[in-house]
Amino acid sequence: MTITPQTDGIRSGRLDRATLAENFDDFYPCFDDHEARVAADRCYFCYDAPCITACPTAIDIPLFIRQIQAGQPEAAAKTIFDQNILGGMCARVCPTENLCEGACVREIAEGQPVEIGRLQRYATDTLMAGNAHPYARAEPTGKRIAVVGAGPAGLACAHRLAMKGHDVVIFEAREKPGGLNEYGIAAYKAANGIAQAEVDWLMRIGGITLQTGLSLGREITLERLRGDFDAVFLGIGLGGVNALSAPGEEKAGVRPAVEFIAELRQAEDLAALPIGRHVVVIGGGMTAVDAAVQSKLLGAEHVTMVYRRGREAMAASDHELDHAATAGVKIVTHAMPVAIHGNGAVREIEFAYTRQGETGLEPTGETFRLKADQVFKAIGQTLDGLPDGLEAARGKIATDVIGRTAIPGVWAGGDCAVGEDLTVVAVAQGRDAAEDIHASLTA
Amino acid sequence: MADLSTNFIGIKSPNPYWLASAPPTDKEYNVVRAFKAGWGGVVWKTLGAEGPPVVNVNGPRYGAIWGADRRLLGLNNIELITDRPLQVNLQEIKRVKRDWPDRAMVVSLMVPCDEESWKSILKAVEETEVDGVELNFGCPHGMSERGMGSAVGQVPEYIEMVTRWVKQHSRMPCIVKLTPNVTDIRKPAEAAKRGGADAVSLINTINSITSVNLDTFSPEPMIDGKGAHGGYCGPAVKPIALNMVAEIARNPETAGLPISGIGGATTWRDAAEFMALGAGTVQVCTAAMTYGFGIIKELTAGLSLYMDQKGFTSVDELVGRAVPNVTDWQYLNLNYVTKARIDQDLCIQCGRCFAACEDTSHQAIAMKPGRVFEVIDAECVACNLCVNVCPVEDCITMETLPKGAVDPRTGEEVREYANWTTHPNNPMAKAAE
Repeated sequence: MTITPQTDGIRSGRLDRATLAENFDDFYPCFDDHEARVAADRCYFCYDAPCITACPTAIDIPLFIRQIQAGQPEAAAKTIFDQNILGGMCARVCPTENLCEGACVREIAEGQPVEIGRLQRYATDTLMAGNAHPYARAEPTGKRIAVVGAGPAGLACAHRLAMKGHDVVIFEAREKPGGLNEYGIAAYKAANGIAQAEVDWLMRIGGITLQTGLSLGREITLERLRGDFDAVFLGIGLGGVNALSAPGEEKAGVRPAVEFIAELRQAEDLAALPIGRHVVVIGGGMTAVDAAVQSKLLGAEHVTMVYRRGREAMAASDHELDHAATAGVKIVTHAMPVAIHGNGAVREIEFAYTRQGETGLEPTGETFRLKADQVFKAIGQTLDGLPDGLEAARGKIATDVIGRTAIPGVWAGGDCAVGEDLTVVAVAQGRDAAEDIHASLTA
Repeated sequence: MADLSTNFIGIKSPNPYWLASAPPTDKEYNVVRAFKAGWGGVVWKTLGAEGPPVVNVNGPRYGAIWGADRRLLGLNNIELITDRPLQVNLQEIKRVKRDWPDRAMVVSLMVPCDEESWKSILKAVEETEVDGVELNFGCPHGMSERGMGSAVGQVPEYIEMVTRWVKQHSRMPCIVKLTPNVTDIRKPAEAAKRGGADAVSLINTINSITSVNLDTFSPEPMIDGKGAHGGYCGPAVKPIALNMVAEIARNPETAGLPISGIGGATTWRDAAEFMALGAGTVQVCTAAMTYGFGIIKELTAGLSLYMDQKGFTSVDELVGRAVPNVTDWQYLNLNYVTKARIDQDLCIQCGRCFAACEDTSHQAIAMKPGRVFEVIDAECVACNLCVNVCPVEDCITMETLPKGAVDPRTGEEVREYANWTTHPNNPMAKAAE
C-alpha cells in the first residue's frame, strides 16, 4: 500500500525523497554578489545606528554593510565575527524582525528594513567558503578553563578564551557539538551541515579540546572541574521539558517537540522518519513553529499549533508565524489542553477555550477536540537539575550581569542562565563571560 | 497637447530631440530605426576626409561607472570618428534624408585644419541635401592627437578660422560643437560666433579614466594592459554641461547665439532643464545607448505634458527661460537668510544630518534623547548639507527668514537685498548708491 499524507497513524515515507529534499532545502538561499550589493545599497549608515543597539552582540552593522558595498564581504565578515563568532548561524536563526531589522530606520519608514540578516549571511558564508580563519591565539597564558556545553554560549566563550591564549576543554553531553544549532533548529534554517561546519571553522583557532559524551552531574562534576581547571563556564542549556499536566500525557504518540526536532536534524534519511497524519503542536514559541512546520514538510496532512493565549503573546516572531501559516499549519489561539484521549496511543486531544480572568487565564467552559495521532509538547524547557552550590533565579542559574555565579571561579551563560533564550544572546553571554574570566585570571 | 516642433537655425524637426553624433548615428540602419521610433533629428556620426577610413581599437571602446543596481551613471569611450568609407556614408545620408524629409539631418565633420580639406568635404556633403553641418571640435581622444577634434576646440583662433572657411564654402547652416576640456567655455563660443557659426552645440565628452583595475594596475577601459583617457558622458556629466550651456547663453558676447544642448540628458526633465538654460534642441546619446531608441516616447510625452501643465504652447516659450536667473556669485543676495527645518513627522531618525553637520559642518543640529534631531538656529548657516544627505525627500527644508526677523546666528535683522559688491568686508566695494 502506498503511504500518503492521508494515511492514518504515524508513518514514514509520506512524501517521496525528491519532495522531501526540496522541502528541507535552504529556506532563504544566500544572496549572490549582485543581490548583496543592491541590498547593501539600501543601508543609510545611520549615526549611532539603532540596529547596533538592537543586536545583543552589538555587531557594527552599518560598518559591515558598508564593507559589502565596497566589495569586501570577507572584511564585513571579520567585523561580524569580532562581535559574534557564530555570526553565520545567527544570520540564519536570529528573529531579526525583533532585533536589528526591527530597529532599522527603513523598517520604521517604509516597513521594509535593510535585509541585515541575509547580508550577514552573505558576508559570513563568503568568508567561511574561502576557508580562512581570521583569528590567531595570543601567547599561551598557561591557564586552563573548562567549558561545559558545546552550544552557542560555550563555543563563543571557548573561542574568545582560546584567542586570549588560554587552553580550553569543552565537555559536551551529546555526541556532537553545536547545541541547539545542531539539535534544536529547523533543518531548513541550517541546511547543508552549516552547524557542524561552523563549529569546525571556529575550532580552527586552536587551543580548544572537545570531549563529547560527558554530562555534568554524571560523568563529570562541578567540584571536580573546579579542582582541575582555573575557571569553569557553564553553558549547559535547558535539558528538561515542561509537562502539559493534562491527563493522558503518557499515551504513545505524545512527546516533547525538542526530541522530534533533534531526531529530524540527525536523521540520515528523512523518508524513513515517521510522522502522524494529524499532528497537534502545543505551544507558541520558535520550537513549536519549527516542529509544526517540519511536520508539514514531512507530509503530515493536518498540523495544528495550539497556544493558550493570543497571537501577540506568542514567543515566535510574526515572521515565523507567517511562515508556519504559509506552510499550511493551522494556528489556534486561546485554547489549552485538558485531556488526551486514546486507547494506549493518542487519538484525540481535548482543549478548553481560555480567556483572561482576574486571577489569570481561565477556561471559558467551551471545549473542542482535535484528531491527533501525534502530539508535540513545546511549552518550554527547564534546567535539568541545578549543579550543587549554585543558586537559582526564575528556574535558571543565577548570575550577575557579567555571568558570574554564586560560586567563585564559575561563570554561566546561554539558555541555562537568566536572559532571553536566543542563540545571539547566548553568544553574547559566552563572549562576555570569557572576557571576564580572562580579566580575572590575568589580573 | 503642446506643440514640440522646433525650428533651430532654420532646421526643422517635429521635436527638439536629436541623436548626437555618436555610434547610434553611424549608419542608415540605426538612423532609420531612430526615426521610426520618433526621434526628431540626428547628427550623423562624424565623417572624416576622403581616403582610407580611420581604424578603431579591437578591444573595449567603452568604460562605465554604475550605481549598486548597475544603473549606468557615466560612460566613457575611446571610439574614433566613423570607420566606414566616406562614399558609403554619403550615399546613406542622402537616402535617409530623402526618405525622412521632416526630420532634422545634420552631418558631423572632422577633417584636417586646412582650407582645402574643408572645402572638399563640404562639397560632398552639400550634395546629400542635408539640413546642416556640425563641426566636431570636441572629440578628446585619438583624433585630438592628430591635430583635430578637441585640439581645434581648445584654440579659439582655430575655431574661428575653420568656421569661417565653412561658412565661406557652404550655404549650409553650421553648428560648432565645443569641447568642455577648456578653462573657460565662453572663449571658444565667442570664436565660433566670430567665425560666423549659426549655432554652437555642447558639451562634447570630458577627458576621463573610469576606473583602475587593482590587479593589473591598468586603467579602464583597458586595451592589452594599457589605457588611454576616453571621453566621459552620461548622467554624471549633466551638471557640467548645464553650467557651460548657461555660461554661453548669458554671456553678452554670445547672447542669442543658438545652442544645441548636449550632456547626459536622460529624461524629459533633463531636456527641459537644458532648454530653460537656452538650448533650442537637445542632443541625446548615452541614454539611447543605455536603453535603446524607445526612450523617445517618454522624452516627447514628458516634455509635452510639462508644457501643457505650464501653459506653454511652443518650445520657444521654454527656451532660455531660466537664463536671466543665472548670475555671478557677487550678485547673490547676502541678506537672504534661511534656516534648516526638520519635519519631525517625516524624520526616520537615521541621524545622517547630525553626522554631516557635527563632523563636517557647523554643529548646528542637536541630537536629543529618543533620537530626535533639531536644528540649532544660532549655529545654522543654511549650508543645505543636511537637506542633501537626508534620505527622506522634503523632510528637511530651508525656511526663509522674513525681512525684519533677527537671525539668531548673527543677531542681526534680515535687511533688503545687498550683495558682495557693496559689502563692507569687500576691499573693492563701491559705496551703495
